[in-house]
Amino acid sequence: MNGPIVDARGLHKHFGALHVLRGVDLKVAERELVFVIGPSGSGKSTLLRCLNRLEEPSAGRVVVDGIDMLDPRTDINHARQRIGMVFQSFNLYPHMTALGNVTLALRKVAGKSRAEADALGRAALERVGLGDRAGHTPGQLSGGQQQRVAIARAIALEPRVMLFDEPTSALDPELVGSVLEVMRSLRESGMTMIVVSHEMGFARNAADRVVFMDEGAIVEEGPPAAIFAKPTHERTRAFISQIQRH
Amino acid sequence: MSSWERFAETFLNTKVMLKYLPDILSGVVVTIELAALVVVTGIAAGLALALLRSLGIRPLNWLIVVVVDLFRSLPPLVVIVLIYFGLPSVDLSPSGFVSTWLSLAFVLMAFSEEIFWAGITAVARGQWEAARSTGLSFGQTLMSVVLPQAFRLTIPPLTNRTIAITKGTALGTVVAVTEILGQASSAMSNSYNPSPLLMGALAYIVLFFPVVVVARWVETRLAWKR
Ligand SMILES: Nc1ncnc2c1ncn2[C@@H]1O[C@H](COP(=O)(O)OP(=O)(O)OP(=O)(O)O)[C@@H](O)[C@H]1O
Ligand SMILES: [Mg+2]
Repeated sequence: MNGPIVDARGLHKHFGALHVLRGVDLKVAERELVFVIGPSGSGKSTLLRCLNRLEEPSAGRVVVDGIDMLDPRTDINHARQRIGMVFQSFNLYPHMTALGNVTLALRKVAGKSRAEADALGRAALERVGLGDRAGHTPGQLSGGQQQRVAIARAIALEPRVMLFDEPTSALDPELVGSVLEVMRSLRESGMTMIVVSHEMGFARNAADRVVFMDEGAIVEEGPPAAIFAKPTHERTRAFISQIQRH
Repeated sequence: MSSWERFAETFLNTKVMLKYLPDILSGVVVTIELAALVVVTGIAAGLALALLRSLGIRPLNWLIVVVVDLFRSLPPLVVIVLIYFGLPSVDLSPSGFVSTWLSLAFVLMAFSEEIFWAGITAVARGQWEAARSTGLSFGQTLMSVVLPQAFRLTIPPLTNRTIAITKGTALGTVVAVTEILGQASSAMSNSYNPSPLLMGALAYIVLFFPVVVVARWVETRLAWKR
């Protein structure tokens, strides 16, 4: 199967009178890393959240790994296992250990026994470099470690695509690197990824494609070198020069 | 007779105390039964209402809020009297025990619903989103992720409220329930001596003091370890 893993077409989203997504088309191929940039409020988070239906699109189509996400007959809880999501604020369960966080959905959704789930959970924690922190609660971990646990929680379910919504924005600068490191190794293992972030350095050397969004629409997209060096649209140029001044 | 002896004769009259001890003890049993019933059913009903409310069905939520606010604003004694003297007019004649149980259970249900609801809504939206994004259903998220966090926030106010309401079992005297206070006051009028009242007070302390101490201990244990 060589079709796209993610195929979103004509996505619209209204919040009351606010028209937040205005006809977004996004196709992501297997193993591709798409990097999404754009000013605050341009709809980047909303776009990601429409892909796994945390947000109900007002119109359009979303097909992920061949599954029509908006079809009422689709078992959404089953489908969501194929789409990992990582949030800016980690959202780890504070009353569980790192391993508990990673294994909850393995047991409840994927139907693994506790022993199987623990083995898979430990392997996932190992992959993010936290094999020795399985028994720690989120409160005992640094922000960077918490975000890596959150990544482990998502990859343990062996998703077909991972969505990252500003995964390093809540981190102290010295902790950003460890999370980007994990994302890079994930990318090298062939994971399909959609990343919303301001880490332009990461975009430059890890992204296959950069998508620039503004006012609920994709203004321009292309390889990172092209987008950063010679954007064709004035709005893209303005945004990128503003980012690079920081 | 010194004034102390007169005091002892009046309030610590051993003969009267011994005579009415069995009555007071049977009152203790009734109070415990009543309190246990009120706590279990009141809290269970309160939790059930909070869970129903979390489904977010508008008309149902309005109904829940109205019922809860009603029972939160009525004095428990008024509810007891309404049920005991009011229900017979619709051909239901609950005993004093049942009237007191139902009334206090409704009141506890109302307060605990509010407390559970506050706990559920205090759990960050991101917790729901993270859990749902891994494929957990609404119910699984509620049970495994949201409620365990909500309960920690809930336990201190819930224990306080529960203690306050179970002490209301003493209101049962008004509708002839033979709990501690009922036994003590009838012993007092039969013996023309207030010593049984002191025994009753002592019985309440013996009963509720450990509960209050345990509640305090649980509260300190549950202080958020983040
Ligand atoms: N649940 C909601 N209800 C109402 N409005 C919302 C909701 N979620 C988002 N919005 C609005 O939709 C617009 C787009 O929000 P979104 O979070 O998708 O932007 P973003 O590009 O991710 O911005 P940022 O870079 O600040 O995260 C904003 O104006 C926001 O206020
Ligand atoms: Mg956002």
